[in-house]
Amino acid sequence: MSARNLKLFAGAVISLLLLAIQPAWAEYGLNLPEGVTPISRNIYELHMTIFYICCVIAAVVFGVMFWSIFHHRKSRGAKAAQFHHNTTVEIIWTAIPMVILILMAIPATKSLILIESTGDSDITIKITGHQWRWQYEYIEEDFSFFSSLAPDSNEARQLRSGVDPATIDNYLLEVDNPVVVPVGYKIRFMTTAADVIHSWWVPALGWKRDSIPGFINESWAIIEEEGTYRGQCAELCGRDHAFMPIVLKAVSEDEYYDWAGNMMVAAMDAEAGADREWGMDELLERGEQVYSTFCVACHQVNGMGIPGAFKPLVGSPVTTGPVEAHIDTVMNGVPGTAMAPFGMQLNDVDVAAVITYERNSWGNEMGDAVQPSTIAAKR
Amino acid sequence: MSYGTTHERHHDDHDHKPTGLGRWLFSTNHKDIGTMYLVFALIMFFVGGAMAMVIRAELFQPGLQYVDPQFFNAMTTMHALVMIFGVIMPAGVGLANWMVPMMIGAPDMALPRMNNMSFWILPFAFIMLLSTFFMEGGAPAGGWTMYPPLITQLGDGFPFLIFTVHFLGVSSIMGAINIIATVFNMRAPGMGFMQLPLFVWTWIVTAFLLIASMPVLAGAVTMLLTDKYFGTSFFVAAGGGDPVMFQHIFWFFGHPEVYILILPAFGIVSQIIPTFSRKPLFGYESMVYATAAIAFLSFFVWAHHMFTVGMPLAGELFFMYATMSIAVPTGVKVFNWIATMWRGSMTFETPMLFALAFVILFSIGGFSGLMLGITPADFQYHDTYFVVAHFHYVLVTGAIFALMAGAYFWLPKWTGHMYDEKLGQLHFWLSTISVNVLFFPQHFVGLAGMPRRIPDYAVQFTEWNMISSIGGFAFGLSQLLFVWVVIKCIREGKAASEQVWEGARGLEWTLPSPPPFHTFTVPPKVDAATAHS
Amino acid sequence: MTDKNVNRTVYKLLLVTAGMFAFGYALVPLYRVYCDLTGRGSTTAVSESAIRAGDVDDERLVTVVFDTNTRDIPWTFKAEQHKTRIRPGKLSEAVFLVENRSGRTVTGRAIPSVSPVQAGIYVSKMDCFCFSEQVLAPGETREMPVRFIVDTDLPERFSSLTLSYTFFDVGDNAAGAPKQTQKANS
Repeated sequence: MSARNLKLFAGAVISLLLLAIQPAWAEYGLNLPEGVTPISRNIYELHMTIFYICCVIAAVVFGVMFWSIFHHRKSRGAKAAQFHHNTTVEIIWTAIPMVILILMAIPATKSLILIESTGDSDITIKITGHQWRWQYEYIEEDFSFFSSLAPDSNEARQLRSGVDPATIDNYLLEVDNPVVVPVGYKIRFMTTAADVIHSWWVPALGWKRDSIPGFINESWAIIEEEGTYRGQCAELCGRDHAFMPIVLKAVSEDEYYDWAGNMMVAAMDAEAGADREWGMDELLERGEQVYSTFCVACHQVNGMGIPGAFKPLVGSPVTTGPVEAHIDTVMNGVPGTAMAPFGMQLNDVDVAAVITYERNSWGNEMGDAVQPSTIAAKR
Repeated sequence: MSYGTTHERHHDDHDHKPTGLGRWLFSTNHKDIGTMYLVFALIMFFVGGAMAMVIRAELFQPGLQYVDPQFFNAMTTMHALVMIFGVIMPAGVGLANWMVPMMIGAPDMALPRMNNMSFWILPFAFIMLLSTFFMEGGAPAGGWTMYPPLITQLGDGFPFLIFTVHFLGVSSIMGAINIIATVFNMRAPGMGFMQLPLFVWTWIVTAFLLIASMPVLAGAVTMLLTDKYFGTSFFVAAGGGDPVMFQHIFWFFGHPEVYILILPAFGIVSQIIPTFSRKPLFGYESMVYATAAIAFLSFFVWAHHMFTVGMPLAGELFFMYATMSIAVPTGVKVFNWIATMWRGSMTFETPMLFALAFVILFSIGGFSGLMLGITPADFQYHDTYFVVAHFHYVLVTGAIFALMAGAYFWLPKWTGHMYDEKLGQLHFWLSTISVNVLFFPQHFVGLAGMPRRIPDYAVQFTEWNMISSIGGFAFGLSQLLFVWVVIKCIREGKAASEQVWEGARGLEWTLPSPPPFHTFTVPPKVDAATAHS
Repeated sequence: MTDKNVNRTVYKLLLVTAGMFAFGYALVPLYRVYCDLTGRGSTTAVSESAIRAGDVDDERLVTVVFDTNTRDIPWTFKAEQHKTRIRPGKLSEAVFLVENRSGRTVTGRAIPSVSPVQAGIYVSKMDCFCFSEQVLAPGETREMPVRFIVDTDLPERFSSLTLSYTFFDVGDNAAGAPKQTQKANS
């Protein structure tokens, strides 16, 4: 029996030691990252403080317990005392935890006040969660874009894909269009959602915030170091909850304005594009981009879908049938199935392009080019 | 409403057991119903455990090897529903059924027929819930918390989920009413409230929590139902509703529910530690008050489950302070257990080993709980594996370990046979080691940034997930040993004495092992000084 | 341990159970009160006469950002200005533009939201398109004003507010349109 208790004791000591050296392991992915914003550093400090306090309490309480287990054993001839209460001791061990808790509450309150003081910001980015991708809208600059899981990760993450995730760079943590922000600016992030609740979380910023349909939440960050920071959706949002990562690039001021300028020009081009006639080749090129952002997760790169779950587009009655029905399917979805309506998310050019692409790829040879004006008329 | 009629009492006087299937189907005997609850809980433990094995198998390495993400989500959702409503709660009610009448010197539960009904609702409710796997749209996959709008995307299984929750609510409320009615009206002469064994006390408090919180859950899921099918918009933003309101109502139920799961565990441990320390429980009164305080506070902390939805600063502060304050009565309990051991004369049979592991591992879960209660830090921890590690420490090494301790503690009393101590201790050590291998690394991956409820993860989390999965399989297999221990005990265990354990005190230990079908038909006289251990 | 006592206990407990079920529903109006107190998802609608003249804070300017969203409704919805700077206590106006891009008549309802939540109670609206449902004929465009006032009591730490609106399709042919809508917060 004593050997067992020794083992128990040794086990506890070892696990406590492990806990204590945990910060040294931080770089090996065992601890909270310190992050790159005032809030994240503040939270990291708070986290470590509470953690150490808990370790000390644990060492004392479990220490007493193991001392008792070791010494007050029947096998060592211990005779049981019969005391069963002691008011003084009971008051002390009610009061001491209260004091400790108050000591913990003070820094916690301070950091909460810091987090909640949003105030004026230099840049406002609205983040909208969709099943299952993020949309970023730069309010002042007036452009927006979607950000989806990178194609190589997406291919590898399919059930029994045969692709080793270790061969993919930043598996599940890479997107097609990262969100770009300048360092040193106060950025306000407003979060909302289009369908269900999501939660936008980049650990390096120090917080996550739920994005809720019909409501906006706001949080802020001043990123102090250039770099690429990755995160994920943190609130269960359906089938592909694990596959809507976040990539945030913090760049210099100049680089940011270059990027934002290009995005604004592209946005204006897109608006202008809706009114003109599009050629087959440019529709196909645009369509492939749209397809790889919005459709590929279910219908796959080769258009074959997933048997039993998602229908193939190759030779299907929709993609090789009347164009009106195809447009209707893409814009309004198919009720009761996984096919969502995309009419609200995509503009006329995108809908026209993706339909053209689907009708003229993977062996589908319908030859028709759908024009944005046709889509506009259907709205 | 008159259940214990004179006719029945008269009938009961003959100590004949009904036989065959009828004995179980129509049973009004608290011992038989208790057994059924416990067997049901054990079966569901393996059903929910099998789901956990699917989860851990899929998470063994990155990439999707075995299941579709939707099915994975259904696994996590159903695992939680089965383990909470099908294992821990029924097991607790089963123990209460067996032990409460015997501990207070009552012949049976106050409402024997309602007792039968409240049990038999359970198998039907779970058949209904599990049948959703075969429906269009699959089993519920929106998390056991059933947050709208996501949960309303569920297919044909949706109404079945809602009605399952209703049935489970009805069953547990009937169980709770029965326990309160029994303890309030059927105590043996001389047994006042402050002489009740602590297990009975924790169950009274639990029963009140059930009565206060389950109806609120029923209301919340009814609102979901009418939102989906009858055009109300409690939680639909387009109709002026607010999806966050569901989270408030759900957790108003949900946090007391947490204590419904853990308070009976506190009670079991409070019976076992004094027995094997051969010393009265330290601070009986403060234990009772701490239990009541925890239950009371549990109604004022719900929003700590949802700090990230965006709340006013004042709300965040209030819920943080309230949450932290629960550490005080919980601490009092832990200190009292340790003080009970202090200068005792301890032996370490299997129940005591499980109880000691409970004290340590539950405390670890308590520490991570305290960390999670600190709002700013929760902005990082929330919805990560750190949370998963936390609630498995409190529910597996907390509630389940205490239930195991109770099973070993009372098994000789129930069956009249001793279990095999060597096998019991083997079960303990295998469980304790594997459960830590299973859940401890989840703290690390959670802090390092792995969200919960995901079927696939970034490659940097691989090693710890592998270790965790190995621990998971080992823990799952170890539980099969428990089944063997129970079977072996019933079949060939050595005869157990009345008192069973040297340090055991209380009315239940004055009865023969196994106790006859009807006990305390004549109320025992209770000597106030020795009533509780 | 008489049956009478048992029955009395049971009746009492059943009453509590029923009471708690009702309480679950009572949480709905209670939650509205909580929202009104904290400003979540609501801003107070007041009449013009309630505004006291000359009660303008000339000392500071508050930035107000206008945010627009559409959900499952074929409308474009934009604010004329993304951002404006206003003085607390002074009646301000913002104009929003909607266009029905579909070939059918669509009924929409705008759900307002203010961020940060705590600031919601300091924003009062005299006039808002979100007070009622909007019906737009095919191709129709409409300018919709919001006249609002930010209370001079607004704490200093809120130097910037966001007024957000989300249009939902609430017509009969809307996907999953609620048949009866609850009173929306103004």
